Amino acid sequence: MNRPALESYRSGPDAKGHFGIFGGRYVAETLMPLILEVEKAYYQYRDDEEFREELAYFSKDYVGRPSPLYFAKRLTEELGGARVFFKRDELNHTGAHKINNTLGQILLAKRMGKKRIIAETGAGQHGVATATVCALFDLPCVVYMGAKDIERQAPNVFRMKLLGAEIVPVTSGTATLKDAMNDALRDWVANVEDTFYIIGTAAGPHPYPEMVRDFQSVIGLEAREEFLKREENLPDTIIACIGGGSNAIGLFHPFLDDESVEIIGVEAAGHGIDTGEHAASLTGGQPGVLHGNRTYLLQDDDGQIIDAHSISAGLDYPGIGPEHSWLHETGRVKYISVTDSEALDAFQLCCRTEGIIPALEPSHALAHVAKIAPKMSSDKTILMNLCGRGDKDVFAVAEALGVNIATETEKA
Amino acid sequence: MNKPDRLNRCFAKLQQEGRGALVTFLTAGDPDLETATEILLGLPRAGADIIELGMPFSDPMADGPAIQLANLRALGNGMTLQKTLDSVAKFREQDTDTPIILMGYYNPIHYFGVQGFIDAAIVAGVDGLIIVDLPPEEDEELCHPCMTAGLNWIRLTTPTSDDHRLETVLQNSSGFVYYVSIAGITGTQSAAQNSVEEAVARLKRHTDLPIAVGFGIKTAEQVAEILSVAEGAVVGSAIVNIIAQGIDAGIPSADLVNNVHKFVGELARGTGRG
Repeated sequence: MNRPALESYRSGPDAKGHFGIFGGRYVAETLMPLILEVEKAYYQYRDDEEFREELAYFSKDYVGRPSPLYFAKRLTEELGGARVFFKRDELNHTGAHKINNTLGQILLAKRMGKKRIIAETGAGQHGVATATVCALFDLPCVVYMGAKDIERQAPNVFRMKLLGAEIVPVTSGTATLKDAMNDALRDWVANVEDTFYIIGTAAGPHPYPEMVRDFQSVIGLEAREEFLKREENLPDTIIACIGGGSNAIGLFHPFLDDESVEIIGVEAAGHGIDTGEHAASLTGGQPGVLHGNRTYLLQDDDGQIIDAHSISAGLDYPGIGPEHSWLHETGRVKYISVTDSEALDAFQLCCRTEGIIPALEPSHALAHVAKIAPKMSSDKTILMNLCGRGDKDVFAVAEALGVNIATETEKA
Repeated sequence: MNKPDRLNRCFAKLQQEGRGALVTFLTAGDPDLETATEILLGLPRAGADIIELGMPFSDPMADGPAIQLANLRALGNGMTLQKTLDSVAKFREQDTDTPIILMGYYNPIHYFGVQGFIDAAIVAGVDGLIIVDLPPEEDEELCHPCMTAGLNWIRLTTPTSDDHRLETVLQNSSGFVYYVSIAGITGTQSAAQNSVEEAVARLKRHTDLPIAVGFGIKTAEQVAEILSVAEGAVVGSAIVNIIAQGIDAGIPSADLVNNVHKFVGELARGTGRG
């Protein structure tokens, strides 16, 4: 492997927000002063004792951290090879890792004196996590969501409304997550004075990729400590799914300099990379500039952004966080992809063997675990981030399996 | 830039005539290449002093609904960056004086290749670029190569640019300075005249370049007001709306081109032209 001689894989980004050639601040001039202000505030508060204490307090008593490290015994037996562990971030309040980040960002927004929160959401998980902290801290919340996603994710739309958020249906472009992000940026440009944009993944203009990574790194920091304590060793392989890549970078980052640890990111291959209907930016895309950063993007031969496809709405994004693009090019992290149907199989495997209904997103990671664990010896270990629970996905799964939930219920 | 280019000559000539510039914006290839070309070729005669041509992009984050739709119409009808450059080349066959600025987002250029694009743009007869998502922090990407090649780099300044920020923003800029008069997206509200006056006065303390003001300008009266304080007035969404209104079930109406030119002629009254 042609790795550059780096002292650490954990030192990025540089002063201008670059991870190698990726990252940066590609935004309209109207936003630049605010982006610089967010950066300054973030650097000031991330080391501030009171800020850290408040974040730790809510992480523990409100979110329920630390999340357990769990040995998936039956799954391990079924796969017959490496021992498989889950980092149980699906047990967080709101059912996913997203709240680690929204909590951190809203504490920053409050300190910056911002009076209004906006967010984009695809599947609705980040929207719910944002609406949740807005209710907690009594700030008005506007969530941009693609009109198509609103149709597909009705329960999450209702959840956000219960939590007091205003949902703005996005009909521009292709009416999905990337367009929701466009419209959130448009809102921000028009409301720079009083508004804070809580971006949901480790992407966007600097300092967002770094900030979101830091807030999500609690996953990897806990997991590393828990694993060392339990096994007196580091895991041999760690795995996470990737849409924008916030749960993955959160797990990976604390392990990046542990040379013995193999790190694997799993992208969504949708119907298959060859079909063109997928969400695998690294496997099937090229570097480009969108939503404030340079990163790998799904695009056509005119540099127009192509819509992503995945059965998992949370992975359905045509870009990826810039740090992943860099880790891909340096070779430190291996990125592979898993199809819709492989993820569906893994989803059912997890339900059946562990009594855990996982979200479709980590089902992608699990599908890869199921591929490699049997080939590894039983003294090897795999740590996977179970980043979300699957209650939200039961309708999509039923549809994909050809089950009509209403009539099934009648039969029962 | 040493030799006087089309933009310098244009502003110098207008100054002699004692009037300001009407800068008209169109999205290249909107609604389709043939109609767009016809509109483009007739713009100078209709009253446009400077032409801004939008390079279609799938995700125009700084644009309002009117220009978003224009981008989608153009892309839907097969517009590409190469065809945008071809349109400029065609325009230059008949007009060697009217400056053309390409405006858009970085990704299509990034994909095309920076140096290849700059070379092709110069050959086609492009006079400058406005790239919305390339702030001074990313000058190494395209701004520096453009300035080296002699292509004007036109900056956007906004109501959020304070004196300190203006110094950074105006450092590498040429041709003219585009003042975005509202904090917001294209084609929405208009700025209050006194806020524009203050902002332009502040800009003039920082630069000798001509100032063009845009965002929310829809009428000849607004053009006249803007030109009482600035060297140029940019009209975009209002023109693009005329195009949108002239499309029925995806087909441009017979009088669409003429209606656009008539509207531009109307706006040009605000420049005191003719």
